[in-house]
Amino acid sequence: MCSLALVVLIFILTIGNALAQEEVLPPDSTAVVEEAAYAQPVLNLQAEDKPNDAGGAVRVSWDVSTDDDGDGGIIGYTIYRGTAAAGPYEVVGQVPSGKSDFDDGNTADSLTYYYKVIAMNDALFSAGVTEVEMALATTAGPVQSSEQWFDFRRINVFAGTLLLSFLIIFMISRAKAGKKLFIRKIAGMEAVDEAVGRATEMGKKIFYVPGINDMDNVQTIASMTILGRVAELAGQYDTWLEVPVCRSLVMVTAKEVVKEAYTKVGRPDSFQENQVHYLTDDQFGYAAAIDGMVVREKPATIFYMGAFFAESLILAETGNATGAIQIAGTAMPSQLPFFVASCDYTLIGEELFAASAYLSREPKLLGSLKGQDMGKAIILVSMVVGIILETFGIWEFSQLFSVIE
Amino acid sequence: MKMKRGEVIVLLVLAVGSVLAYLGKINGWHSGFMFPKWLSITIVSLTFLSMVWMLVRTIQGKLVERRIVFLYVGIAVALPLLMELPQKIIVSDIVRAVYTELEALQPGSKVLVSFDYDPASAPELQPMAEAFIAECFERDLTVIMMGLWPQGPQQAAMAVDSAMKRMGYTDQDKVYGVDYVNLGYQAGNEFVIQRMGSSFQSMFKTDFLGTPYEDIPLVKNVKNFSNINFSFNLSSGFPGTVEWVQVAVDRYGLRMGAGNTAVQAPTIYPYVRSKQVLGLLGGMNGGAEFETVTGLPGKAIGFMLPQSFAHLIVIGFIIIGNVAFFREGRKSRLKG
Amino acid sequence: MRREIPLLITAIAGVVFVVQYFIPHSPFNHLDGWFSDWFSIVQACAIVLGSLNLLMISSQKIARKKEGWGYAVVIIVSFFLITIIGFAGGEEFRDVGTGFDWLYNYTYVPLSSTMYAILAFFVASASYRAFRARNAEATLLLLAAFFVMLGRVPIGDLLTMWMPEGFRMSNLATWIMDFPQTAGQRAIMIGIALGLVSTSLRVILGIERSHLGGE
Repeated sequence: MCSLALVVLIFILTIGNALAQEEVLPPDSTAVVEEAAYAQPVLNLQAEDKPNDAGGAVRVSWDVSTDDDGDGGIIGYTIYRGTAAAGPYEVVGQVPSGKSDFDDGNTADSLTYYYKVIAMNDALFSAGVTEVEMALATTAGPVQSSEQWFDFRRINVFAGTLLLSFLIIFMISRAKAGKKLFIRKIAGMEAVDEAVGRATEMGKKIFYVPGINDMDNVQTIASMTILGRVAELAGQYDTWLEVPVCRSLVMVTAKEVVKEAYTKVGRPDSFQENQVHYLTDDQFGYAAAIDGMVVREKPATIFYMGAFFAESLILAETGNATGAIQIAGTAMPSQLPFFVASCDYTLIGEELFAASAYLSREPKLLGSLKGQDMGKAIILVSMVVGIILETFGIWEFSQLFSVIE
Repeated sequence: MKMKRGEVIVLLVLAVGSVLAYLGKINGWHSGFMFPKWLSITIVSLTFLSMVWMLVRTIQGKLVERRIVFLYVGIAVALPLLMELPQKIIVSDIVRAVYTELEALQPGSKVLVSFDYDPASAPELQPMAEAFIAECFERDLTVIMMGLWPQGPQQAAMAVDSAMKRMGYTDQDKVYGVDYVNLGYQAGNEFVIQRMGSSFQSMFKTDFLGTPYEDIPLVKNVKNFSNINFSFNLSSGFPGTVEWVQVAVDRYGLRMGAGNTAVQAPTIYPYVRSKQVLGLLGGMNGGAEFETVTGLPGKAIGFMLPQSFAHLIVIGFIIIGNVAFFREGRKSRLKG
Repeated sequence: MRREIPLLITAIAGVVFVVQYFIPHSPFNHLDGWFSDWFSIVQACAIVLGSLNLLMISSQKIARKKEGWGYAVVIIVSFFLITIIGFAGGEEFRDVGTGFDWLYNYTYVPLSSTMYAILAFFVASASYRAFRARNAEATLLLLAAFFVMLGRVPIGDLLTMWMPEGFRMSNLATWIMDFPQTAGQRAIMIGIALGLVSTSLRVILGIERSHLGGE
């Protein structure tokens, strides 16, 4: 009995073992290769004209391959393009795994295109994509790129621009109609008369530095406005005003502004061509030249109005060391601390742009300032509303202010 | 222009010192020369004690002159260059973000680097330019360089040269036109960026060396920003990072990191918070942190010791200035 | 007409630049390129005006032996030296080893770097003078400067190694830069942006014309 039991046990174990072996039996080697070279294709492949652009681009999108699960099965996708559905196709781009779209920015608007996207694994990458795989892959198209008449991603900017422009123009028209507008005191602007007067009393020069940017910068335009006022005062008091400039076009403009100002106060003969002169376009060369002039000639008053960069402190500290009264104004946030530290008065950012309205008190200009203030009020209210809504997990409002995709 | 005898002597000493330093550099007299540790510690201690002495004199009513401040800043930035004191650089998230972006790119990806600065700000920006290019080469990324400042492409050429030497690459390892290219300078400020949005070739007909755009293998298929995987802007003013954000990032969706001078960097922070700039290297410190995170030490790490000392000296003088202020009230003013 | 034509050109260019931002279709997407090309051409021509002005003023200084006329000699000599060497180098004037390259590397680079380096000295003297605890706000500013200056260099962390992670100098500096500093920057930037829009609109509409030499 014992031996029979032993035989049965051995039989059962043998059968069991054989069955277990059959279960873990590997597929034949050919099957292994085919399995490895094959990657699940992308799904739902689509190609459309890229929206909101100037043409020349097609957007290809797809659902990632089911093998693209983040464990390295798929290393990326290769995008092919052809001008006929049957081919031939050429590679136009590759994107890493996990990505499901591609912008082909190299299309001609007059042609029709077809696209294929192949999910690539290591084996395909080294063996190369064959014609069979290309033929099996789904095709998207036909598609043609074209120019659009409006960029809808910027619709929020457009609405904001319209609103702000409307407010400014509305307030200008109200000001023209005789509505009295209040403008707060700007210490830096109030000090202009005093600064010019001081130079007259001391019998010394006034330097006016209009920044290092060209006439295409609004700060330089604002600077020219203030220069006009300073030149009028200098002309009245018969004090030498010198304007060393960094750009040729600024030189031409500044000459015109100073000349007009002198004419306006009835002293056209006092204007001299060499009052406004060019130094160099080089940032630090300009700073070095002005520093030299300040140290040698020790002007009583120095104005720095316009766009300044790293040279701001070099200029302002040198002026401070010579004891000149200094008034600065810039809309470069990074340079404001330097001017505040080294100058007697500083026009901070928007105050520089408000200068022309402040100096002339012309209703139209003051009206534009009022419109600008209303725009600021709207932004402030939006910010408060946005903060409250975001705190309660409502994101839609703040998304109105980002690029619309 | 009248000069005191003392000033003339100081100027002469400085001039002779500069000539000797230059001769030493070209003849290799002081290559690798460093102060022994005891001397470094002595210099630091003496500087500290002299600051304390100045503080005492200020309390006694004797104000510090401007030239003394300048002298101490000079000492603080010059002497630590010859000191070897241990320092630990901690990498901030804002710098690590640039590294992470590079890490995510596949070999062969195209990186656009704009060199928007001139030699003046090169001491601050060049180390980070070299470190960035070296890291790109290390990761087998291809680099397209350009400049919106006239001197930018020269700085780019110097950065590549230095990065190649640092990594031990030859012209065969990294081939010009295949692994990297210098497209040169184009005038027009932000309009150049805008037109690159539709066509690079319209702005750069040839590269820096005069090779036609279509003959350069690296950029042959690069039409516009859609063919660029990552961009890095090195800037010290206008045009610079702000213009790249406003045009390339905002309008064309370019992924961008930036390296800025310490003075400019605070202006870029709002763009980093809004994810328009993906990472920022600010000043020498940013460069040193980037060198640390990439594991490729360069000039920036070396310059951190002088920067540490300079900051301490400035803090020292701020304390002295406040002591003077409280002693003298509002009348106190810097002499000189 | 002397005022009207510039005003008209300004208005047209201004409107074109606004419109092209919203309309990507041709011809609008090319217009800004054309205008910027024209600006570059005018700018390039104007460099001649600037150079002539520089030479004229410097020559006058030398002729009249005005104070500091020696510097004017340096300007004229440098101007002609770099121009002649640049032209003599032909098309390859920027190549390594040319005279222009030598001047660039051994005069222009160190001189520019020197000017920039002066900033370190002036920052120190300005900080010494300006960072004073005059009132509560100034004291806050002073403390922020103290934390940022120490937090931006390795020595700051060395001094605060014993403190909990979040209170180390580099973390405090990062917090100051990320929040109060960024908030302040944003506030200034919003104000500046509104000022820019308002000024640009005034210029486009021709209300602001003082930069043309009259009101």
